[in-house]
Amino acid sequence: MDLTLVELSRAQFALTVMFHYLFPPLSIGLGLLMVVMEGLYLRTGNPQYEAMARFWTRIFAVNFAVGVASGITMEFQFGTNWATYSRFVGDVFGSALAAEGIFAFFLESGFLAVLVFGWNRVGPRMHFLSTVMVFLGSCFSAVWIVIANSWQHTPAGFRLVEHEGALRAEITDFWAMVFNPSAMHRLGHVLLGSFILGAFFVMSISAWYLLRHRHEDFARKSFVIALWVGALASWGELVSGHSQARAVAHNQPAKLAAFEGHFVTADHGTEMWLMGWPNVEEQRVEYGIAIPKMLSLLVYDDFDRPVQALDQTPPQDRPPVVVPFVSYHVMVGLGMLFIGMTSLALVLWWRGRLFSQRWLLWAFVVAVIGPYVANQTGWVAAEVGRQPWVVYGLLRTSDAVSALVPREQVLVSIIAFGLVYLALLAVWLYVVNEKIRHGPPEPRPRDGSASESLVVAAAAVGMGRGGHSYTETSADVAARSSVALSRSAREDEREEESR
Amino acid sequence: MDLHVLWFCLLGVLLMGYAILDGFDLGVGILHPLVRGDTERRLVLNSIGPLWDGNEVWLVTFGGALFAAFPDAYATVLSGFYLPVILVLLSLIGRAISIEFRSKSTSRFWRAYWDFSFFLSSLVATLVFGVALGNVVGGIELSAEGYYVGGLSGLLQPFALAVGLLAVAGAAMHGALYLQLKVEGALRLEVRRWAWVAFFVFVGLNLVVAGMALRGVPHLLLNFERWPFAWAMPVLVGLALANIPRGLVRDRPLQAFASSCASIAGLTFLAAAALYPNLVVSSSSAPSLDIWRSASSEATLRLMAIIAMIGMPLVATYTATVYWVFRGKVELDEHSY
Repeated sequence: MDLTLVELSRAQFALTVMFHYLFPPLSIGLGLLMVVMEGLYLRTGNPQYEAMARFWTRIFAVNFAVGVASGITMEFQFGTNWATYSRFVGDVFGSALAAEGIFAFFLESGFLAVLVFGWNRVGPRMHFLSTVMVFLGSCFSAVWIVIANSWQHTPAGFRLVEHEGALRAEITDFWAMVFNPSAMHRLGHVLLGSFILGAFFVMSISAWYLLRHRHEDFARKSFVIALWVGALASWGELVSGHSQARAVAHNQPAKLAAFEGHFVTADHGTEMWLMGWPNVEEQRVEYGIAIPKMLSLLVYDDFDRPVQALDQTPPQDRPPVVVPFVSYHVMVGLGMLFIGMTSLALVLWWRGRLFSQRWLLWAFVVAVIGPYVANQTGWVAAEVGRQPWVVYGLLRTSDAVSALVPREQVLVSIIAFGLVYLALLAVWLYVVNEKIRHGPPEPRPRDGSASESLVVAAAAVGMGRGGHSYTETSADVAARSSVALSRSAREDEREEESR
Repeated sequence: MDLHVLWFCLLGVLLMGYAILDGFDLGVGILHPLVRGDTERRLVLNSIGPLWDGNEVWLVTFGGALFAAFPDAYATVLSGFYLPVILVLLSLIGRAISIEFRSKSTSRFWRAYWDFSFFLSSLVATLVFGVALGNVVGGIELSAEGYYVGGLSGLLQPFALAVGLLAVAGAAMHGALYLQLKVEGALRLEVRRWAWVAFFVFVGLNLVVAGMALRGVPHLLLNFERWPFAWAMPVLVGLALANIPRGLVRDRPLQAFASSCASIAGLTFLAAAALYPNLVVSSSSAPSLDIWRSASSEATLRLMAIIAMIGMPLVATYTATVYWVFRGKVELDEHSY
């Protein structure tokens, strides 16, 4: 194979960033669910919620570690493989990246320590605060990196200046850079996509426990919380996706045309392909189903206003079509599936029949793959659709590489990353699987005044029954009484369920 | 104050923070294979358990800040040191994963494998950091545009390699002194022995590196000729180093560890003082990459300074909180690694 330096560098970036992006969305989505669970624990005092928060935190920790490990690569790879790009955008892009480090990473990593290791060292409120901070930190991280990336799509708030014999971008207006035209649309889309992944992940494992009749109270509670989050986020993603597509039509018309397989501008309303395969040579979509005038309606609220096609862009500036078209359609199709599944499940839950639908639970066990694929294909569509530019309209990808790095060295690093990541993925799967098999911890009694009164009550009951509780420590009694309590709570729920 | 100088100082602070904080957890990794017994190994691993991740953020933020403030230096160093940087990245991945996964299975093979990978990745990362710093300070071959053109072999200079070994010895000593604070009983006595050995090796290598710098790398002394009071710093480093054996002999682990922190801070200061106002020293006829030539625009430096002024106090607060929550001896519980 005779791949050029640019192709190899792109392949390496794609490999490392796609691998990295398996983990952060789960951290964000799971983080939100952990905040809800621990918040419910503080509100209700039900130890089951604490057990839930502790179980999901364990999986969160493993996921976070792999995310951090693969993320460090990203921070330095701009310099190693994209030196010309780094010189060109450092003034703008570097600032966002540095802000991410100082505002997001320190927050996350600091409170993560308390979140994971601090259960016995800090009180429940401080622990809850740590969970919230870790979640916020992971969101801030998304904020800054999406801003930086969006600036590459819709550069704003800068000027081009000659520096050391080459042009580069310098910030003129920080807030215009931060709120560049695509940043907020894309941020919303990324965060909602992460919430969907977190929700489906929790639903998958919970459904598995329910099918196996293990940890049922735990699984039901987890499933319902995740279901609500998943349903709301899926509907939200539809709204977000719609507004984002309109923004793309405005900011990067060639990219939208590639998404939609729209080759030739017509003088009437533009159709929308629900599926199909773009044939670039013949400039048309094959084997497809299209809704006439639909794209015009969605983009302009007007059946007859034509949408700009690829033929309006000079050939050397056109993005590839097949990859953006396919990945975009896969993402949209999956998004519709998430809406359908979560809405159906919500209706069934409302009627109290959700947990007896074994086929649907099986579907949820498998469905976790969907959000992973959708998150990945969404980014593939966005970034391949940006080509041939690395900074839209300003710097071509082919001009952005580290020209002095020998090809062979990039080949070596691709192979090294590939092997390490493969091993990493295997270990991640193994460890998460072990944690799932091991199951959640037993709910433990809450300390403090509430449980003390329980101890007194339980001790009184114990004495009444035969007096052998003299030999027991109060903690034993408290543990037993709380188990009994949570059992009765579970029975209450079962009654609720059968209604 | 000139914003360029301010950013040089801020990067110095970030590097210092990284060297002191990640220094001890890298050192713990280097010493880890010397620990006998699985419980002891878990104790040692968990002594850095909640902290190593936050410590590494100093490096990530250093990288981001270098990118933002001096993009040309960022681009030259990272693309010029391509394979070494990839090696560091793989090591940091390996470390994170080894720490996280080691105790997730009880199989002996599994644990032995991750223990080895934890040791090796800690060692390689520390060594390469040291060699890279040695190269940047000692000088590398730059083209007129400020790109590195010396190839991989150009990085294996004796001075840079000596700095690499110095980094390894320093991390080992720092890690052993840190462990003294965290473990008890027989293990602590054992750790103290390692601290002694590492201390003597570290002092010896300091003398070697200082000798090489004085004789072979004359440009390192320019700033000391300009500002003679800078000679106070090597003296202070010497005093801090001399305080370590006092702490060990009197069995005051905190004093010994604090002295080690001070000596690492002093050495980072010395490296920065020797480098200033350059970021990458050129060993060819082409000019060095200095803090004016390689910088972002003034407006961006000012903006970044504001971000840093808001962010730094927050960072200090989080760091202090976490170290406070996890103060004292390590104990293993169901949440430990």
